[in-house]
Amino acid sequence: MLNPLRVAALLPPRVGVGFKPEHFETILAERPDVGFFEIHAENYMGDGGPPHRRLEALRALYPLSLHGVGLSLGGPRALDRAHLARLAALRQRYEPGLFSEHLAWSSHDVGFLDDLLPLPYTPETLRVVCEHIDETQSVVGRMLLENPSTYVRFADSEIPEAEFLAEIVRRTDCGLLLDVNNIEVQAGNHGVDPLAWLDAFPLQAVEEIHLAGYAEAQGDGGVAFRIDAHDSPVRPNVWALYRLVVSRIGLKPTLIEWDNDVPEWPILHAEAHRAECEARRATQGALAHVV
Amino acid sequence: MPSARRAEPRKGRSLMSFEATLSAFAAALVDPAAPAPGGDARRFAVYRNNVAAGLIGALEARFPVTRRLVGDGFFRGLAGAFVAAHKPQSAVLIHYGADFPAFVRKFPPARDLPYLPDVAALESAWVDAYHSAEAEVAPLAALAAVAPERLEDLRFAFHPATRLLRFAQPAASLWAAHQGTDEPEPPEVWAPEDALITRPQAEVVVRVLPSGGHALFSALRDGATLGEAAAPMLSRGEDPGAHLVGLLSAGAVRALV
Repeated sequence: MLNPLRVAALLPPRVGVGFKPEHFETILAERPDVGFFEIHAENYMGDGGPPHRRLEALRALYPLSLHGVGLSLGGPRALDRAHLARLAALRQRYEPGLFSEHLAWSSHDVGFLDDLLPLPYTPETLRVVCEHIDETQSVVGRMLLENPSTYVRFADSEIPEAEFLAEIVRRTDCGLLLDVNNIEVQAGNHGVDPLAWLDAFPLQAVEEIHLAGYAEAQGDGGVAFRIDAHDSPVRPNVWALYRLVVSRIGLKPTLIEWDNDVPEWPILHAEAHRAECEARRATQGALAHVV
Repeated sequence: MPSARRAEPRKGRSLMSFEATLSAFAAALVDPAAPAPGGDARRFAVYRNNVAAGLIGALEARFPVTRRLVGDGFFRGLAGAFVAAHKPQSAVLIHYGADFPAFVRKFPPARDLPYLPDVAALESAWVDAYHSAEAEVAPLAALAAVAPERLEDLRFAFHPATRLLRFAQPAASLWAAHQGTDEPEPPEVWAPEDALITRPQAEVVVRVLPSGGHALFSALRDGATLGEAAAPMLSRGEDPGAHLVGLLSAGAVRALV
């Protein structure tokens, strides 16, 4: 189902940004050199109207990545079949190059809680998540799973996070969306060593990367912790970890996520440009090393 | 400890534990008085805050004039009370808050603001129209082209975005007065208003209906022929023509059939 009015669906190995409606007029007028745009699927689940009109216009000019934030793959409840059908319809309509969701839950008996909530990593939760991913891939098509940032850990969590993700990939053949910022959030919140985390993580399954800014807060007893705030520039430690990842696996489609306190377009575009420069540094460094 | 746990037969027990763990987590998220799972209350508060701020933020986005009428603090209390009692039942938050106007009507602290639920109802319908399906729009000329002998049996297929609203208060005028950033003027006449909301193209259209329009359009929307719908008006000696011109020119009709 190729639409000749659109650019190709495939995401190039470049840097893209999260699409915000307030940038639409600028994007349409200036056609900025951006690798792709990513959208939150749930914002486009109305029947019609301006959101779909904007997205049709955007999709004609740029490849698109479809990022779900409400499927609740990591909860014990059955997936919402109506929601799966809506995701499948969006995928068919807009032909995104990639589709991704989170290792998290957001719905329970009380309803939809509008946050990406943590789960314990056990053999049982592994089985449930894999069943949910199998079901999603059978309805929506192949997906990438994103590693989370969390603020609390469960006493009965017994499988390290990176190993948990590796086993999901082995069982479901899904791809991975590596959120580099989330690794640094986990490092700050749970004492995870980012390098050890990466060593246990199946980098060969990574098809997209997310970058964002985290915030810092004081926990109980004045102990600092990190919040996945998406409200600021990427931090130096995250850039460093990103360069390391790119030096190992090359440049994958990379997204600048800036969802709160969204800046003017030039600032967001400059952050994407910076990411391309960081990636180039990393790949050139890796080549020099090989030579 | 992990080794001791692994020695236990896990199967049924652990699935119960996943269920119980997340149920307790969810319960603590929505009950500020509950102890924080995991011990660090400030960390758990990030989740509590995300849930409340996300859902209240969805209401702030859907009801900007309602919010402006009562101020940020009052609205946060009102929206917080709604969120506590009404969690979304799907992840599609663009539909969240459809029952917020009814909640506002029964919210005791807003009892002295009878226009508030009417303005909220208008804003809710505006968002519904904004996200409605695209459809053809019958032009005004389509009505003029109907042969006179066919008018009696004519039916009107409404555009999916079209909504008809009745207000005991001048909600449409209040809403319109709050569209700019200027200090809003109160309505010249404080009287009940009927409104038509639709979206023929990209822009949502809000029109105040002249007297009699709401009854005529409601009958047409519900499938009556023009003859049936206009009969009460004609028996009062009123002319439905101007109403129909208004309906068509607003872009509220998909087709004449």
